[in-house]
Amino acid sequence: MFNLNKHKLITLLKVQYSNMLEYRVEIALWAVSGIIPFFMLNIWTNNNLNESINLSNVMLSRYFLSAFFVRQFSVVWVVFTFEEDALLGKISPYLIQPLNPFFRYLAQHIAEQITRFPFAIIIALIFFLINPESLWIPSLNLFLLACISTFFSFLIQFLIQSIIACFCFWTEKASSIERLLFIPTLFLSGLLAPVISFPEYVKSWIYITPFPYLIDFPANILSGNNTNIISGFFMQIFWISVLFPIFKRTWSLGTKKYTAMGS
Amino acid sequence: MKIRKYIKIYSLFLSTSIASELEYKTNVIIDFITAILSLVGSVFLLTIFFQNTDNIGGWNFEQALIIQGIYTILNGITNTWFNPNLTEIVKHIREGTLDFVLLKPLDSQFFISLNKLAPSGFLEIILGVVLLFYCIRINQININLSFLFLCITTLFCSIVILYSLWFLISTTTIWFVKTWNATEVLRSFLYIGRFPLNSFSFSLRIFFSIFVPIAFITTIPSEVFLGIAKPWEILFEVIVAGIFFTVSRRFWLFALKYYTSASS
Repeated sequence: MFNLNKHKLITLLKVQYSNMLEYRVEIALWAVSGIIPFFMLNIWTNNNLNESINLSNVMLSRYFLSAFFVRQFSVVWVVFTFEEDALLGKISPYLIQPLNPFFRYLAQHIAEQITRFPFAIIIALIFFLINPESLWIPSLNLFLLACISTFFSFLIQFLIQSIIACFCFWTEKASSIERLLFIPTLFLSGLLAPVISFPEYVKSWIYITPFPYLIDFPANILSGNNTNIISGFFMQIFWISVLFPIFKRTWSLGTKKYTAMGS
Repeated sequence: MKIRKYIKIYSLFLSTSIASELEYKTNVIIDFITAILSLVGSVFLLTIFFQNTDNIGGWNFEQALIIQGIYTILNGITNTWFNPNLTEIVKHIREGTLDFVLLKPLDSQFFISLNKLAPSGFLEIILGVVLLFYCIRINQININLSFLFLCITTLFCSIVILYSLWFLISTTTIWFVKTWNATEVLRSFLYIGRFPLNSFSFSLRIFFSIFVPIAFITTIPSEVFLGIAKPWEILFEVIVAGIFFTVSRRFWLFALKYYTSASS
């Protein structure tokens, strides 16, 4: 089913990267549209809300900057592309190729993240110009761990969206399910408020769900805030290993169901 | 005569787009659940903010709920009318179908802005109105005629400003072809309309009242609801709405001069 080697992977990435470079302006705008964490930071510090959770202004601003970065490199939009391709009948030629089309989408995402990188750095530099006291350089170990956990976070979201995308084989319009799932992701992942600030009745169950591992966990590692690294990675790997078989199953059921457009 | 013609055409738009949207009934339901969850999520975020403080930017929890109600109504309006229509402009221009719109004996801005409709947003508007009525009760607001008049005026102005912002950005498509992402930036900026303007720092407050007047869109109507809006604020909002609408209209007519159709 997954017929992939190094050569194919590199070619895919190269093609998609040059493709993405065509859309630099759009990707820059995408990067700008991710600045909500900074507005949230402004509310937190301007009203001294962080006193109650024992986070200094500096640590909180590092947290939100890290959350911005993690979000930039874990944004997934596969369901929207897949839905369009399915509606326009582009899936059929992809299915004939001896390569699962999701590798194409995966390469698109990674290429887009590489294109996005300079813009994210520019936004971070502007942030440091405005808040020079929050400038920090994470240790190499923590930086690498943060990169890995961000990639895992990306994989979890990619798998969830791919499963939803497979619903296109049945319903044609699957993106509304994704918009529904985006709401808990937005509020529970730590993008708008760090998970430690959540009330107890939420904290008691939230660490079993995948949400805090999408933004909060990688952002805590990167910003140097306290977090349990081992259990965090354990949960990320756990969710990936749960979601992957589900994806494989829906994919094989979906392709059997698939009848191409107009038939 | 003219107005009657437009009303007739609009009722035709309504029936056709509702019919086509109801093809996807489950989608309408899912979108409605999304709207409820997103309201629950923002109230949850508010409770986090109010855990250890009794006001943010001078607004207590019950008052901040009014802003959520108004935001939900405006978001419902955006999802019903602005989003489905104005994202369509991008398609019209990329595929050259704007030609057909311009050829029709109709105002092109009217056609482009109102042609489509997504009924799931209606439910969101109702949700917002219900929340507002709840807020009127818990804040013990007296309803009288002048209160109603001011509320409707400011809400109407907010809708006009919101529409003009969307339309201005969508119009730039004529030059840049793909501005899908620019509306995405606007969406993320609009998100801060869920919070009182005073909860932001001074520089952001200036930014959100001058460059992107999001402040006017939700904060002033909420102040009107609470009866704490100053007369100059209401007057100012009316003026801003007027300016934005005229500018968006002028800008569209100006942009059309540069429209060269696809492949020419």
